Amino acid sequence: MSGDRVGIIGIGQSNFRSRRDDASYPDLVREAVVPAMLDAKLDFDAIDAVVYSLSPDAMVGIGNAERLGVDAVGGRNKRFLRVNTGGATGISSVTAAYYHIASGVCDVVLTAGADKVGECGDSQTVLNKIWDPAYERALPLGTINMLAMSAVRYMRRYGMTEEDMAYVTVKNRRHASLNPRAHLRKVVTIDEVMESRIISWPIKLMDCCPQSSGGAAMVLASERFIRDNKLDAVWITGVACRAETYWMGDRMGNNPTAEHADAYALGRSFAQSYRMAGITDPAKQVHVAELYAPFSNTEYHAIDAARLVAKSGESIKRVRDGEFELGGRIPVNPSGGTLCTNAIAVTAMARVAETALQVWGRAGAHQVDGARVGIASGNGGDHQIFGTMVIEA
Amino acid sequence: MELLGRQEVWNITYDHALGETASYFFTQIRDNGKIFGRRCAKTNRVLVPPRAFSDETLLPTTEWVEVGPGGRIEAFTFVYEQFNNLPPPPYAFGYVLLDGADTALGGYFKGVDLTNPREAAEKLAIGTRVVTKFAEQRKGDVLDFWFEVG
Repeated sequence: MSGDRVGIIGIGQSNFRSRRDDASYPDLVREAVVPAMLDAKLDFDAIDAVVYSLSPDAMVGIGNAERLGVDAVGGRNKRFLRVNTGGATGISSVTAAYYHIASGVCDVVLTAGADKVGECGDSQTVLNKIWDPAYERALPLGTINMLAMSAVRYMRRYGMTEEDMAYVTVKNRRHASLNPRAHLRKVVTIDEVMESRIISWPIKLMDCCPQSSGGAAMVLASERFIRDNKLDAVWITGVACRAETYWMGDRMGNNPTAEHADAYALGRSFAQSYRMAGITDPAKQVHVAELYAPFSNTEYHAIDAARLVAKSGESIKRVRDGEFELGGRIPVNPSGGTLCTNAIAVTAMARVAETALQVWGRAGAHQVDGARVGIASGNGGDHQIFGTMVIEA
Repeated sequence: MELLGRQEVWNITYDHALGETASYFFTQIRDNGKIFGRRCAKTNRVLVPPRAFSDETLLPTTEWVEVGPGGRIEAFTFVYEQFNNLPPPPYAFGYVLLDGADTALGGYFKGVDLTNPREAAEKLAIGTRVVTKFAEQRKGDVLDFWFEVG
């Protein structure tokens, strides 16, 4: 790949909060785009294409909000497309930007977006609408109870307890307390998580991500452009995505291909991005991970799928041992992760951006010492569509 | 400065067509209190809810197969939180592998005391046998049936 790699040259993230009453939707997009462009040291004329990161319209409450966003990303008279893969949208957008460059069509691509989930009073009602209207819509399905059912199966398969789930929250809140952009930054104890009210058993309030408002933007460029213009960059060395069946009931029962306790397609996606990056032993070669996990239990199957442990379920003990804490063997979600900040349209982009900042050595108070190889992931749909990346200094 | 807002409500009506396969499934539930799946001839797997094609073989399914009413629990959760436009809590629902099926069907669990979720979780443990119950008045909907232990 030497000579035609794709690099990340600019990153911008807003501060994420529940509501941003001072900023309209396009204002929030621009709040991420401007620092990303400054970081890349480019003006908008250099941008060949824009990939717009926007998940379900109903979450932000604006139909085809990419229309409003065109101006905020400087998209007038440029190649422009919107990407939506639900929770995976952000990493899918970076992936699409990557392909624009890897194909040789473009040299510099901006990807950006924002969400205002805190303005949506009915986010689980919106998410209920992702289920099939014929068979499943009449059930009270939502992303919380869908992943509560994954938790119940993970408990059965690997012995996870409610307290094990709380360990993930405590870890990620501690990390978020060091990240000024994170939404939930208050450190919590195991007892506080265990005593928080039950939403959808075994998921309690503090096992859940917040509904965040904020934006993110990244500028990617070809290796040739980066060298010619003497720009600083980190490199996307592995990229993959995978989907699995819509039917949750097919992820259980007799001999399912994609067990609902696990994240089967995420594991397949990681395997491919590792092959592309030449990583043969991720548990030894990866220094930092930003894994999409909106509920505490889901960080376990994400760690398993990323093969940061020898076998599925071993993540439970390793989290308790502190291996994935800042200062531990492989810090997972040193930013606090999706569990502490979830502006859905850009959450998976923040995973990529945070991983890039880590291997760049620019993560600030939550920097992982000496990180040179990082991984990022995004999960979308009904735990169904996944994207993964390897990013290296 | 004073920051203003304005409230918006989306209230959109859809009249969804169910298609042939789901129409047969719900007609059998409504008229006969029976649940049917579709068999994939290549793998012999019975898909419930029924689909016109298998996502694994990508071939059309070929045969209607009656399944249940007995089955075993594959997944469950108990919801204690009120979400707008969703049912009042608490309630239990999840997925059941009906006898004769290879994939699990979603539905409510009834007759479970949800006062203590940890005790209820033991009663509905994965693998527990359940039976499908049908409403007296049925309209051809997934809410026409539910699952009970025993």
